[in-house]
Amino acid sequence: MSAPLKTASPGDSAPTGPAVTKGRTGAGDERGEGVVLNVFSHGFLALWALMIVLPLLWLILSAFKTDAQIGGSAFGWPENWTLDVFSRAWDKGIGDYFLNTVIVLAFSVPLTMLFGSMAAYVLARYQFWGNRLLYFFFVAGAMFPVFLALVPLFFMVKRLDMLNSYQGLILVYVAYSLPFTVFFMHAFFRTLPTAVFEAAILDGASHTRTFFQVMLPMAKPGLISVGIFNTLGQWNQYILPTVLMQPQSGDDPERYVLTQGLVQLQQQQGYASDLPVLFAGVTIAMIPMLVVYLSFQRQVQAGLTSATLK
Amino acid sequence: MRKGQYRFVAGFLFIPVALYLIFVIWPYLQTFGYSLTDWKGQSQTFSFVGLDNYTALFQDDIFLKAIWHNILFLLFIPVITILLALFFAFMLNAGGRGRAGGVSGVAGSGFYKIVYFFPQVLSLAILAVLFGAVYRSDSGGMLNGFLMKLGLVEESSPVEWLNEPNFVLWALIAVVVWHGVGFYLVLFSAAMQAIPRDIYEAALIDGAGRAHTFFRITLPLLWDSVQTAWVYLGIAAMDMFILVSTMTAGEYGGGPDHHSEVMATVMMRNFLLYGRSGYACAMGVVMLLLTLIVSVVMLRATRRERIEF
Repeated sequence: MSAPLKTASPGDSAPTGPAVTKGRTGAGDERGEGVVLNVFSHGFLALWALMIVLPLLWLILSAFKTDAQIGGSAFGWPENWTLDVFSRAWDKGIGDYFLNTVIVLAFSVPLTMLFGSMAAYVLARYQFWGNRLLYFFFVAGAMFPVFLALVPLFFMVKRLDMLNSYQGLILVYVAYSLPFTVFFMHAFFRTLPTAVFEAAILDGASHTRTFFQVMLPMAKPGLISVGIFNTLGQWNQYILPTVLMQPQSGDDPERYVLTQGLVQLQQQQGYASDLPVLFAGVTIAMIPMLVVYLSFQRQVQAGLTSATLK
Repeated sequence: MRKGQYRFVAGFLFIPVALYLIFVIWPYLQTFGYSLTDWKGQSQTFSFVGLDNYTALFQDDIFLKAIWHNILFLLFIPVITILLALFFAFMLNAGGRGRAGGVSGVAGSGFYKIVYFFPQVLSLAILAVLFGAVYRSDSGGMLNGFLMKLGLVEESSPVEWLNEPNFVLWALIAVVVWHGVGFYLVLFSAAMQAIPRDIYEAALIDGAGRAHTFFRITLPLLWDSVQTAWVYLGIAAMDMFILVSTMTAGEYGGGPDHHSEVMATVMMRNFLLYGRSGYACAMGVVMLLLTLIVSVVMLRATRRERIEF
């Protein structure tokens, strides 16, 4: 038996190559069926891959076209090979939106991870009255649609005078990321060996120190998975900023995040048409995701799918 | 337990629990209360109106239409996405047949998985712009341009994908499927790889073809993952806010003439545009109830005996 069933690793050119026989005895008539099926399945697989890649490439190429070209024909080849359009998009707001998103995430993701693992750790490893109740209370939050909370949430943030402010959005992001983070890290802390914990306590480390210097480092694989999940989730969040990040008065500056800004830019197209700028903006927004995805491909897939499996 | 330990536990829980209570739990609870008032949001005064909002809701033609569209999404999105994902996952993991009689994925399965999964990391806002361009209603749109090249669509009368009542829902479903197949493919792949190879090889020796292997072995052993996927896609079908509000016509989407309206767009329009907070809260409650019903029904309908292996 030469072929292992696992063929997931990217560099691994799948072990057996295109299959020719159905394997059993390799009788002639069965060979035929195998080939037909193979052509069929490969055809479908390749078609779907093209359906993913072509629209994305087409959109990026469109950034290099002129407005007239974009409106004229879908498959004209771009002639405008300058990066000028990207700097125009950056100046037209994409730069600000990008920075706003980075500022918010620079605080919200680490805080989510910190508070989420603190709560999960205590709930997973200490026994106290109300422990299970509190755990279910956290997990239950993940099941409700965010729309249920939107109206009162808006007025809550308004009362705290944090509408259209970074700190308001950061706190809300952290709060709404807690259920999943607690849920996932809770499961993870449970699997860590007790012996190490006891050794640290015996050596005189405080509970706080044990957490930060012993347990948290041991939970690193879990932290990476949840971290990626939260980063992508918060980067792509649209509903919460739409409600919470609207300028409140005339002199209140715009603090749109990237997703909001792109939609804004798209909706302005009705008035002042500059489609290449819109497409360049989308390309700029896609690049970090593409880089993160290609460099952490396995962790991203594991992090996102474990969200549903656990 | 020692006293110091209690202080430690309380100290670690204080901030997370406080944040969670203020921004998540309390608003959730308030929604139920506000849904029974005629609160308009701007004024701080409002009065108790009982179930008036709910009776108004079920006479609101637009909202009823929206519920119907959510149900249509619920019927089509999970089925199409799961079937495609299962088919691709099976091809990638067990579709190939080794010369020596083994079972393996087809060539290049690693590459396919990377490509298929990529849409999942893009935000729905990016998808809205991308598919807005793909569905453009003139020869500059990718889909129209392509169909014109094939001669299926007249140059003079391009298809208005997002403005044609008969097409708009399908156009939206296609985007969701495009976005989701890769994700569920990876989910199913992980489950398929946990199936021991011996089982496949035993089936092979017994003379099972690909179709047999799939329906008699892979699918039953994968049922747990399929069930999870079903519930998640069902919940996504009850939402749909971002795509509908950004891709279709009208304030907060829903066009043409409410033909693509979903519950979430009606709710957001009532809240952010008309300022009818109490009414919007009632819609939030209805959305919660329907989402819960959908999850329970889907879990029940797909329940099978669990197979240990």
